[in-house]
Amino acid sequence: MSIRVGESAEAATFPKAAKKLLQNTQLRRNVRRATDTIRAKRAKVVEEMPDWQALRTAAQQIKKRTLRDLDTYLVEFEKNCTAAGGKVHWARDADEANAIIIGIIQSHNQKEVIKVKTMTSDETQLNKALEAVGISPWETDLADLIIQLGNDKPSHIVVPALHKNKSEIRQIFLDTMGLKELGHTPEDLAGAARNYLRERFLRVKVGFSGANFAIAETGSVCVVESEGNGRMCVTLPDVLITMFGVEKLIPSFDDLEVFLQLLPRSATGERMNPYNSIWTGVTPGDGPKEFHVILLDNGRTKVLADEESRETLHCIRCAACLNACPVYRQTGGHAYGSIYSGPIGAILTPQLQGMEHSTSLPYASSLCGACYEVCPVKINIPEILIHLRRKIVESGGAALTERMGMAVAGYTLADSGRLATVQKLVQIGRQPLDAIGLPGWSAARDLPEIPTQTFREWWKARGAK
Amino acid sequence: MSTAREEILQRVKAAIGTRAPEEPVAREYSQAGTLSEADKLDLFVSRLEDYNAHVYRCAAGEESATIAEALTARGKTKILIPPGFPAARLPAGPTFIRDTGLDYRDIDATEGALTAATAAIAMTGSLILTHSETEGRRALTLIPDYHLCVVYTSQLSETVPEGLRALAARRTSPVTTIAGPSATADIEMTRVKGVHGPRVLDVIVVSDK
Ligand code: SF4
Repeated sequence: MSIRVGESAEAATFPKAAKKLLQNTQLRRNVRRATDTIRAKRAKVVEEMPDWQALRTAAQQIKKRTLRDLDTYLVEFEKNCTAAGGKVHWARDADEANAIIIGIIQSHNQKEVIKVKTMTSDETQLNKALEAVGISPWETDLADLIIQLGNDKPSHIVVPALHKNKSEIRQIFLDTMGLKELGHTPEDLAGAARNYLRERFLRVKVGFSGANFAIAETGSVCVVESEGNGRMCVTLPDVLITMFGVEKLIPSFDDLEVFLQLLPRSATGERMNPYNSIWTGVTPGDGPKEFHVILLDNGRTKVLADEESRETLHCIRCAACLNACPVYRQTGGHAYGSIYSGPIGAILTPQLQGMEHSTSLPYASSLCGACYEVCPVKINIPEILIHLRRKIVESGGAALTERMGMAVAGYTLADSGRLATVQKLVQIGRQPLDAIGLPGWSAARDLPEIPTQTFREWWKARGAK
Repeated sequence: MSTAREEILQRVKAAIGTRAPEEPVAREYSQAGTLSEADKLDLFVSRLEDYNAHVYRCAAGEESATIAEALTARGKTKILIPPGFPAARLPAGPTFIRDTGLDYRDIDATEGALTAATAAIAMTGSLILTHSETEGRRALTLIPDYHLCVVYTSQLSETVPEGLRALAARRTSPVTTIAGPSATADIEMTRVKGVHGPRVLDVIVVSDK
């Protein structure tokens, strides 16, 4: 059985990819501007919550309890969802999940599916599998649409097109939507997406979604979103397929009151996102007539088996750790070679697909702790990174020099002062690093080659904002 | 060969290993609100306005006049209503079409929808619909570009926990929480009003307690 996390097994190592991305100044500017905005918004709405820490603690405890009895909660969810008219499927890995989904769509003789943003389907590369059998997947989340139309890759887990600015998005829409004209404001761009997708929402008979939370007690599923494309996908089609990782369970409906406070404030810096949809099975006269759930393992039980890092599975995919991470903020998401980027990507990807495929990721960090501080479910990411590094060392995964180089990469990327120090070190002579074998590591990963000019520009612009 | 279900459950059990003693969840976060009725209402209105919803306030009994005022202000003359929306609250003038299983394309061709709500949360400016006879099925408040929602102060909670618990018996009905008109933050992380859901949201808050 092979676990696949998007294309990450074939991706370049972090330092190699980061080196290339650091030269893309436009991308870095876009990433910096977007993450600055979101961090400021988050800080403001978190500050107004005197009980924020109590909410984090409760969330952590709920997740811990869920994992402790995950088998029981999965069976309970299955029972309640089935009783409400849903059909529950189980998938061990990506291929099994894709085959189930294709089977459902083909049993209805359909050739199209409308999709709302689903990390797990990126994980299983569902779109590719659908296209291979002649089924067209329509991404409906604005950012996913930008990625799909622009033939690009997601760089952020909440805002996948975060690396694109307004005018780049406008150009993609102009090139692909067959528009005669298009305004320049964000409202114009949102309007274009509305028109482009409206006909598809009304026409397509199969919808596909993920889930932010699945409630064992009631068999309900909850999707958190902003644009209303999620509501469209889970409401209008005749057949709805919802896939999520087994760790998305929460024991009770009341537990939602914790997560629905933590998630929007952490993810988009809003007190509440515009829409949450919660549904239970099938409701006659309202929404889909057929509802399928796919419970996906794809490596999650492997993560669960490691007591020291299983809390990786607590993640609610808010991306606060990405926005806070000094390394992510410099490189953007593509450097992580996985749909899961930033600090959570650095710990999740290697664990899901096996350490041998991503030995560099746990080093893509300076261990500054910013991720832990903002994480709404209190995942101790730095500790898990260290744990994973230890595992890589024990398995002889990465050569010593390589590991050192990568550790330096994480350390220096995180802080301009440190970069200067390392650069000086290198100006004095490459020998210290060369001596420990960095030449074998290739110039492409040789950190001091980061263009200083660009970096200073970056720093200045950052202060000027 | 075992089924995927058996195998995954088996893997989960094996992965959990020896179960640590169950730890209680300390729900030490704020659950009950502390504001006076008047302050709670003010907070609700300001949070709604923060997210670009337009708010009307009126006393019980003034619903139909306020509905008329809101529709006139938006220039709406033909509005969808759920099957059970009370006729007594409908003003004379506009045409109201009861949704008795309309086709989605017909709903798409209408000017907007008028509905009730089940609950509301002041702190987050949220309306909660459980899609009863007075709130309509989900498509009704999703496809049209305009949503006018009537909510009562007796339905208003201060905190998120209070608001979700108010759903009690209706939590396995479809639930939609709405905080402002549809929006996106996907373009440079700035909230832009209006994507696929209704681009305009008006709320009538009726004081009934
Ligand atoms: S690890 Fe924590 S901060 Fe990062 S995405 Fe997951 S929940 Fe959010």
